Amino acid sequence: MPVLEVINLQKNFGNLEVLKGIDFSLEKGEALSIIGSSGSGKTTLLRCLNFLERPDAGRILINGETIFDADDPSTLSESEIRKKRLHFGLVFQDFNLFPQYTALQNVILAPELLARSRADYNSNKKAILNEIDNEARRLLAQMGLTDKLGYYPHQLSGGQKQRVAIARALAMGPDILCFDEPTSALDPELTGEVLKVIRSLADKNTTMIIVTHEMQFARELSNRVIFMDDGLVVEQGSPKEVFGNPKEERTKQFLSRYNN
Amino acid sequence: MQFSVIIGRLLESFVLNCEIFIITLAFGLPLGLIIAFGSMSRFKPLSWLVKIFVWIIRGTPLMLQVIVVFYVPGLLWGWRSFGRLEAAIIAFIINYACYFSEIYRGGIESIPRGQYEAGQVLGMTKTQIFFKITLLQVIKRITPPMGNEVITLVKDTSLARIIANKEIIMMAQEYSAKGLIWPLFSTAIFFLVFVGVLTIILGRLERRLDFFR
Repeated sequence: MPVLEVINLQKNFGNLEVLKGIDFSLEKGEALSIIGSSGSGKTTLLRCLNFLERPDAGRILINGETIFDADDPSTLSESEIRKKRLHFGLVFQDFNLFPQYTALQNVILAPELLARSRADYNSNKKAILNEIDNEARRLLAQMGLTDKLGYYPHQLSGGQKQRVAIARALAMGPDILCFDEPTSALDPELTGEVLKVIRSLADKNTTMIIVTHEMQFARELSNRVIFMDDGLVVEQGSPKEVFGNPKEERTKQFLSRYNN
Repeated sequence: MQFSVIIGRLLESFVLNCEIFIITLAFGLPLGLIIAFGSMSRFKPLSWLVKIFVWIIRGTPLMLQVIVVFYVPGLLWGWRSFGRLEAAIIAFIINYACYFSEIYRGGIESIPRGQYEAGQVLGMTKTQIFFKITLLQVIKRITPPMGNEVITLVKDTSLARIIANKEIIMMAQEYSAKGLIWPLFSTAIFFLVFVGVLTIILGRLERRLDFFR
């Protein structure tokens, strides 16, 4: 059973149809890249999956269970959405770290707040907080940031900020980690360190969706690639198929701009 | 002898200015936040009502508002009027809360959307996002304009004399009516010292918030 199924997802902004019916599925442990030109709807799709935008039609299923159905109001309430969105993690293009917290605090904040609603929180507080702290340190170490735990975001480089943001998303233990153009706001010499970290996550079979303009990276890293154009999935397949032997004219046009 | 007596009397009356100052801040700062939320409400009738109210308060002189609060309830509805000090303080609180509300609103709206979204995708509630993420960033951004407003308030407290509250300027004017002019000029010292202390405190607060950007 796929971990994620998206069925006929549609999103309009006023009269503008941004997503015109998106269908795809994702297996556990897969890394999926979404490519396409600006305005094709890639980012909106990610934002819909993370409930930052509310789709106008369609369904989202996690492990076979419907977590969002545009026709079923019971899946749309704010408290429901807050629970369901934790299936997904999102790494933003421009990091969105919290400036008043250190790297470590940025990672710890949300898990701590979430833990407060646990039934055993009061009786077990110390152990729970300790566990969260250890997990955050472990994740930041995995991101190569052991020596930056106490640094505030403005003291970090773009690449370091983005790695903190990845640790912060991972700390919530999402089923699916989404990246929205994670290197687009970085200087070219800093993209490498972030891509390296994402690659290491892929090596550990982290289930991921990556919206990216880094074609070489998408080709090497992903198990599957989706090409989007004008709010539709035009083509999908293995990187070999999509990059090596695209079937659709739109895909060929798009890729030729990168190959030349 | 006369000098120290007069300075003593001025100091006593300056206590009234300080009272007005402290009570206005204590109530005006939280009330301003409530007004700010009102004017940002997605329920349009409420936000319009609040905006019109803020326009009226910011669009008329504080001195006039003090007079209105003191006289109008009695004239219009035959209520027992507020005491002189009460009336002045009520007018000050409402007036300053409206100015504060605009500063809060500007501060809150200047926080990038991404901060809210980052909190949302991490499963935080709106309340958690406000108190854990937004609030300190807002405080940092509004400290300089709030400082301006607070300093203006120190000097505005002397407007309370319009309904015969015996604050420092009114006291000094009593001496000048008797032909003694220097007490009036010397009131400047009191304000300068007070504002000087405030400036130091505000500067410290700004530096305390310098640890992040």
